Amino acid sequence: MTATTVTARDERVATRSRAALFLSRPEVGALIGAIAIAILFLAVAPAFRKVENIGTILYGSSTIGLMAVTVALLMIGGEFDLSAGVGVTTSGLTAALTAWNFGLNVWVGVLIALIVSLAIGAFNGWLLHITGLPSFLVTLGTFFVLQGVNLAVTRIVTGGVTSNDITDMSGWTSAQHVFAASFTIGKVELNITIFYWILLTIIGGFLLLRTRVGNWIFAVGGDSSAARAVGVPVVATKIGLFMAVGFSCWLTGMHMLFNYNNVQSGQGVGNEFIYIIAAVIGGCLLTGGYGSVVGASIGALIFGMTQLGITYAGWNPDWFKTFLGVMLLLATLVNMYVKKKADAR
Amino acid sequence: MSTATAERTGSHTTSDEALLELDNIGKSYGNVHALRGVNIHVRQGEVTCVLGDNGAGKSTLIKIIAGLHDYTEGTMKINGIVRRFGSPRAAQAAGIATVYQDLALAPLMSVWRNFFLGNEIRRGLGLDIEKMKQICDAELTKMGIAIPDLDRPVGGLSGGQRQCIAIARAIYFGARVIILDEPTAALGVKQSGVVLKYIVAARDAGLGVIFITHNPHHAFLVGNHFIILKLGRVVLDAHRDELTLDQLTAEMAGGQELEELSHELRGVDVDKVVDVKQGERVHVVAPSLDQEELSEVRSEEAEEEK
Repeated sequence: MTATTVTARDERVATRSRAALFLSRPEVGALIGAIAIAILFLAVAPAFRKVENIGTILYGSSTIGLMAVTVALLMIGGEFDLSAGVGVTTSGLTAALTAWNFGLNVWVGVLIALIVSLAIGAFNGWLLHITGLPSFLVTLGTFFVLQGVNLAVTRIVTGGVTSNDITDMSGWTSAQHVFAASFTIGKVELNITIFYWILLTIIGGFLLLRTRVGNWIFAVGGDSSAARAVGVPVVATKIGLFMAVGFSCWLTGMHMLFNYNNVQSGQGVGNEFIYIIAAVIGGCLLTGGYGSVVGASIGALIFGMTQLGITYAGWNPDWFKTFLGVMLLLATLVNMYVKKKADAR
Repeated sequence: MSTATAERTGSHTTSDEALLELDNIGKSYGNVHALRGVNIHVRQGEVTCVLGDNGAGKSTLIKIIAGLHDYTEGTMKINGIVRRFGSPRAAQAAGIATVYQDLALAPLMSVWRNFFLGNEIRRGLGLDIEKMKQICDAELTKMGIAIPDLDRPVGGLSGGQRQCIAIARAIYFGARVIILDEPTAALGVKQSGVVLKYIVAARDAGLGVIFITHNPHHAFLVGNHFIILKLGRVVLDAHRDELTLDQLTAEMAGGQELEELSHELRGVDVDKVVDVKQGERVHVVAPSLDQEELSEVRSEEAEEEK
């Protein structure tokens, strides 16, 4: 007996099943990967199974996830930001150095850091628009500029490579509560960054899929001239996305400052690629116009699980980056395969 | 002929006043004149066809009307008021919608997201997805386009379907003038037929349609008024009843030009079929041009670069 499909209007296109619809979502590949990695480490690393360590794993994921969410939005909008890694350091340094140098309340430094981070984002977007260069080049430029500024300004102000101690300045304690507090729920100790990460994922996901701005982000990444032709404010959308990355840099930078009490002027280099890897594992296309915020957060979770899983399993942590590279390739291939299968159904 | 004219003016009493009026419009990029002295009057319920070869200035013309470029000479009037558009959004607000050749649709986005791109319906903070899908489905069904899954990315649909979605979208969002940039260029016969039907449907709905094409046959099937551009100038501006398809085709091909071309190719034996033996190497000898011919070609190229 042959099954006949009931066709609604066009006999060439059968309605897709719910399973196929689910599989065609961009974050499916990452979800499968996350489950596989969780199973792997649950099997080989006894410490991974301890409930207490959930907080540590989630914390590692959250410091990447805070950035990955906005980096993913930017990538869906068709652009890269290579200055995101050092941008975090710049933000932390700005807060610490301005507060210390001018003897300000720490909160004033925090506010100035926010303004500087958003301005760097806006500058990246504006430069992209004015020059018409690819964002890869523009932000590669700002990456080097910021890296130099971080080192040079810190040296001028402090004479060293570390920001001065500001823990005794007014506003420190309250700021530390906001940016680096931790809570204990049951046996699990959770850092506040985990809540920010989840909150940012929810806001980002809602923004992308349920608001007109989200529609514009998909459109400017998918075909910016088509988007402009139907009246989408392309330049404003892109500048806004760069500024969103700036906001993430600020939030992460503040956490780094208030968690470790100071900021090293040379840190952050190379992290921009980890954010991009998280976004790509989460289903973002390098060419833009497609991807998922939730996927990027799952990508960050994969990063956190792998980083700690390797340590818990007693493997040599030198292999971590190699593992990450293999993960990136596998995730991309799985994403491509799943998408093809789902589209063909 | 006179009855046709009478019917035209009679059926649309308001149509004497053009929706869109271009007077002596021109555009130059530095010292290059891409467009010079173009006059077009687009009336309600009429299809104005703009024909021309590649590089004739069709795209420049569209971009001026669509608000992507400003004009440097002449005036553009919408409903009798002189306007300059700073952006495509301003043109849209004035009721001018453009359906581009390369389709103003983002390929990876779903049908309904594309349909409402730039005109999203909101409810509270978010989008009213249910309502948008409903309207999108209703509008597409109304135009006879069958797309069972509105969540499907537009990139997977056929060229004809995509054109129709773009046209349906423009009509739904209250366009009064709709510009179609080579809508049939990449389509097969059946699909072209469907798109031409939508052009007629848009005309019947009372829109002013500007149909840009290089196919005089397609133009003559639906057009009321014909304008041929060549090297940025209008070389023909005629109403339907002043013209036959043959004339249009000849004008489009540049009747006079064709004669020149056959003159250029004199001495070419058209009937000749060359037999090549198996294994023999084929040599193509570059055609030799005398000095006079060479200088003519060069001056033509120089003219075209302007």
